[in-house]
Amino acid sequence: MQTATHPIDNGVNVTALLGAREALAQAPEAARFTWRARCDWVNGTHSRATIEGYHGLGEEQRHKTRFTFEADHPEVFASEDHGPTPVEYVLVGLAGCLTAGIAAVAQNRQIQLRSVTATLEGSMDIQGILGMDSDVRNGFDDVRVSFEIDADASREEIEALVAQSQKRSAVYDALTNPTNVSVRVK
Amino acid sequence: MIDGLRHRQRGPARAVTVVVIGAGQAGLAMSHHLGRRGIDHVLLERGEVAHSWRHERWDSLRLLTPNWQCRLPGLRYAGPDPDGFMTMPEVVAFLHAYARRLSAPVQTGTTVLSVRPADDGYRVITDRGDWRCRAVVIASGAFNLPQLPALAAELPPAIASVTARDYRNPGQLPDGGVLVVGASATGLQLADEIHRSGRPVTLAVGEHVRMPRRYRGRDIQWWMEAAGILDQRFDEVDDIDRARRVPSPQLAGSVDQATLDLNALTDRGVELVGRLAGLRDGKLQFSGSLSARCAAADLKLGRLLDAIDGWARDSGLDRGAGPPERLAPTRVPDSPRLGLDLASGEIRTVVWATGFRPDYSWLQVPVLDRKGQLKHHGGVVDAPGLYALGLPFMRRRKSSFIHGVDDDARELGAHLADWLAHGHHSGSVEPHLDATLFD
Repeated sequence: MQTATHPIDNGVNVTALLGAREALAQAPEAARFTWRARCDWVNGTHSRATIEGYHGLGEEQRHKTRFTFEADHPEVFASEDHGPTPVEYVLVGLAGCLTAGIAAVAQNRQIQLRSVTATLEGSMDIQGILGMDSDVRNGFDDVRVSFEIDADASREEIEALVAQSQKRSAVYDALTNPTNVSVRVK
Repeated sequence: MIDGLRHRQRGPARAVTVVVIGAGQAGLAMSHHLGRRGIDHVLLERGEVAHSWRHERWDSLRLLTPNWQCRLPGLRYAGPDPDGFMTMPEVVAFLHAYARRLSAPVQTGTTVLSVRPADDGYRVITDRGDWRCRAVVIASGAFNLPQLPALAAELPPAIASVTARDYRNPGQLPDGGVLVVGASATGLQLADEIHRSGRPVTLAVGEHVRMPRRYRGRDIQWWMEAAGILDQRFDEVDDIDRARRVPSPQLAGSVDQATLDLNALTDRGVELVGRLAGLRDGKLQFSGSLSARCAAADLKLGRLLDAIDGWARDSGLDRGAGPPERLAPTRVPDSPRLGLDLASGEIRTVVWATGFRPDYSWLQVPVLDRKGQLKHHGGVVDAPGLYALGLPFMRRRKSSFIHGVDDDARELGAHLADWLAHGHHSGSVEPHLDATLFD
């Protein structure tokens, strides 16, 4: 454990998060968020997504800057590889979510992190997306995440951090549980 | 107006200082403490003493706590088998004997229809007359109604659907496969006996608390009690709301005192799947989180055993007890299946072991939160003169156990006496309101 002269600082404002939890308990409707992305086709399998606004805490919100993301497929798919494949973005989302959770939980549990590295693999059989075998699903059939964490904590404490971050992860939930998805044409 | 009319037809309300709703262990323990203080009271019981234990539990169930731990105010187990586990008829006999010994003023066969604020207290309307009282103790239990996911209502009619409250034994189920939903104490026990009956069982596993029956030569409850874990107070834990929602540990009371866990069920041929997450196009969907839930439960068990070992070492008990043990990690199938087609005929029955919730439909006092739970601070409800007893982790981790109700009833009895004497209570119900101040 750290002494009082070295406060634990993972750069997470846990006090604000706990305060938000308390405030939202009084006004649960403000806890409803809507996240948005916009995507424009560029050419071939290349598209460009932008992210800027979202809704939460009862009003429209805006990121500090507009973020853009190129998505494409690699040359083995006869594409031009202008960006990661969409399924790789799914891995990015999962990694970002679990890692943020680890930092927040560690802060709350007074554990100083020095490094956190996640390695992700998602497996799929592309006979699914190529329509070759109806018994093969399109998406991942298995996703594996491996964390290497250097922190002032025992192995058990580190494993507990990882377990808790899964328990509270939006993307982990989105991947492991069914979600209603509606797609329509305007 | 209609109520007023009904009151006239029902005759005048009887007056009593305290109405206790329910004559299970909680109501009886409160009767003991009120009686000692000379506070007149009545216990209103919809059926008979220990009604839920007699009528709302399955045939093979035994208490999850050993006999030596079954104690109530002024009563200890004195039978021949302190390490055994009571069957339901034995629990019923135990509580009946206690009620007789207390001469508890129980009015049986009386269903409370409503409780509402009235001048200087409450009016309690029952199907056998009305009561006026200054205080009400809700001791009707936390496990009244089965809690089912919304999709339970959407199962195809060809699939039988049975809740843990209505389940009695495997013989009432159709032949064929059974999906048991929920892997706490109830789900594991039902999965085990249904599978033994020759019906193949699939078990949907969400968040759960793993616990061995015996540890280092003693019952796990002995360790939990001796190490002070069961006495942990509601105002000592970080997040009491969370602590109150923790699922019941995977324990079973049995003659052979064996541990019943997911590995034991896997060995017997039960198939584990993730939490039941959806029903679409006639197919049940299971979460892909099975391995995470099992890993989390294994970690949590490791922390509990570490705490017990640390306490044993510090208390000089290491020599008397067996060596520290660690359980094998929970084995999870490599690729647990994510769906089950109900049209395939593979399962004929779904058994819901998804928990219970209290029934407050009769409570006409605005003390429920948006989730329908009672707003209370350690059993002191957010309305003067209204108390609860026997809820999970109400004042202590042991609050909902038979042996856990004594301390809570004593403290709330003191608080209630203070309220009656002064028309207010002294802020909180903390140790300064110790019973000895009033005895």
